[in-house]
Amino acid sequence: MSTAAPTQVGEAAVGKSPRKRGGPTQTTDRTKAERKLALMLCAPAVIAMLLVTVYPILYAVVLSVQKVDLRFPEESGFVGVDNYIAVLSSPLWWQDLFNTSLVTVVSVTIELMLGMALALVMHKALFGRGLIRTSVLIPYGIVTVVAAFAWFFAFDPSSGFVNSLPFVPDDKAWFGNRQDAFTVIILTEVWKTTPFMALLLLAGLATIDQGLYEAARVDGASAWQRFWRITLPLLKPALLVALLFRTLDAFRVFDSIFIMTRGSQDTESVSILGYNQLISRLNLGLGSAVSVLIFVLVLLIAFVFVRVLGTAVPSQGDKK
Amino acid sequence: MQNRSPRAYLGWTLAMGVILFYALIPVVWLISLSFKTPATVSDKKFVPQDTTFDNYTTLFEGGLESPLLRPLINSLAIALIATIIAVTLASFTAYAIARLDFPGKTLILAGALAIAMFPPISVVGPLFDMWRALGLYDTWLGLIIPYLTFALPLAIYTLVAFFREIPWELEQAAQVDGATPWQAFRKVILPLATPGVFTAAILVFIFAWNDFLFAITLTSSDRARTVPAALAFFTGESQFTAPTGNIAAAAVLVTIPIIIFVLIFQRRIVAGLTAGAVKG
Repeated sequence: MSTAAPTQVGEAAVGKSPRKRGGPTQTTDRTKAERKLALMLCAPAVIAMLLVTVYPILYAVVLSVQKVDLRFPEESGFVGVDNYIAVLSSPLWWQDLFNTSLVTVVSVTIELMLGMALALVMHKALFGRGLIRTSVLIPYGIVTVVAAFAWFFAFDPSSGFVNSLPFVPDDKAWFGNRQDAFTVIILTEVWKTTPFMALLLLAGLATIDQGLYEAARVDGASAWQRFWRITLPLLKPALLVALLFRTLDAFRVFDSIFIMTRGSQDTESVSILGYNQLISRLNLGLGSAVSVLIFVLVLLIAFVFVRVLGTAVPSQGDKK
Repeated sequence: MQNRSPRAYLGWTLAMGVILFYALIPVVWLISLSFKTPATVSDKKFVPQDTTFDNYTTLFEGGLESPLLRPLINSLAIALIATIIAVTLASFTAYAIARLDFPGKTLILAGALAIAMFPPISVVGPLFDMWRALGLYDTWLGLIIPYLTFALPLAIYTLVAFFREIPWELEQAAQVDGATPWQAFRKVILPLATPGVFTAAILVFIFAWNDFLFAITLTSSDRARTVPAALAFFTGESQFTAPTGNIAAAAVLVTIPIIIFVLIFQRRIVAGLTAGAVKG
């Protein structure tokens, strides 16, 4: 029974039966069968992913070199790079790109520092680990639109509690000027995503050998030195992964801006610009050019990070 | 952790207080708003002075024509179906990646990661155009398909990390002990794999439940509009009543499933979130 079972269909490809390790031909057959099975198992998900992303992106490229305005369908036609020229020569695109970069850089920086502090505190948890983990997961899991409404209502001059706090002017219009509106938008982003950063860093902290800290302490290293010389270098891979995820995520900022200002007071992000062109103005050509440019920018950011990651990982390997 | 002095306990209790305050304050504020009466909704007080359930009941007045019931059904159905499809397809892929030897493994993982980073605004335009031509605009399927863009990579990543931890030798051990391959799979491997599959499903569900961009661009009515999108288009009962109370009540309702998931599965969710990232 035990030797017969692995020869059955399916299992022959999967099971690592010792009986099959005989001749070279059999090994090749087995490898072939294994590859075939793997291909069949991967195909549905891979095809689905290509269909829902690569195809639409190519379609966006096609739309972006045409004049496609659903309000004036008869004027459609190939226009080459005109849409790109229109976008890139528009001050609005550069303004929105600056806004998006501002939100990304500021919120990711604050998240990183706050998330690191949170992770270090959680790492030293004496009791109530579950309670803390549960409570920090709430901002992470909460619907972004809901978080945006919560903070919008909190800062709303007519009904929010923030303006009734001490040291805050009672009639401060938070969404009436660019700087204050960005403060609230960034606060919302930071509130919602710091826990994610903290949890990733916490998982990284757990992999660090505690013996290193003992040794450093014996050698007389201060807490600050232990952090800079042990924690930070060993945390680098987890840190870069967390930064990559968060930067690309922050760069797509849409939900909170849409709910809070809809892009008024010069708070528009590139994603809001794309939405306005595509859906509000039904200008698929121009909107697609914006979409393709955002896609290229995201690729660029990812590329830079991966280059940094690629050089960071071996250096971590050296230390091990 | 050897520093278990009373001062350390005091410090940690304080830190816990700060973290709890940080995490819960907007949620408590929404709950407070959702119970305020129209007369007190603008009183700027953190604690309601006068409470009512009206903000909740009016959300469901009129059954399927009500402001929230249809969006709630849409949200649940769309997120559930997207989750089931993504986790099923991803399970096959993750099994192959974790267990079988074949070229292209890294390519699939890298590709999935790249797709996970994808800006959704980049595919919204083409999908809007295609869906109107194919009749998928403003339908459940019209949202389920784009949700696969983030659901599949997320599920593949989480599942690969979990499947790599499974001691697959146990399957053969069971067969040596006389189990048939099916018995070995069902009684040994399935119980070991289920928690991972479940975790992936929770994460995918939360992501699908959270989506806003696809939901507002690919729907136009309550036929398929999900709760986040419906919230953005909420209007008051009359043009003079701001729907603050109703929005807050609806926001509280969509947060409840998330809080339940988090309460029950916090350990798994954290494991799932960090599994792929730490190993790089």
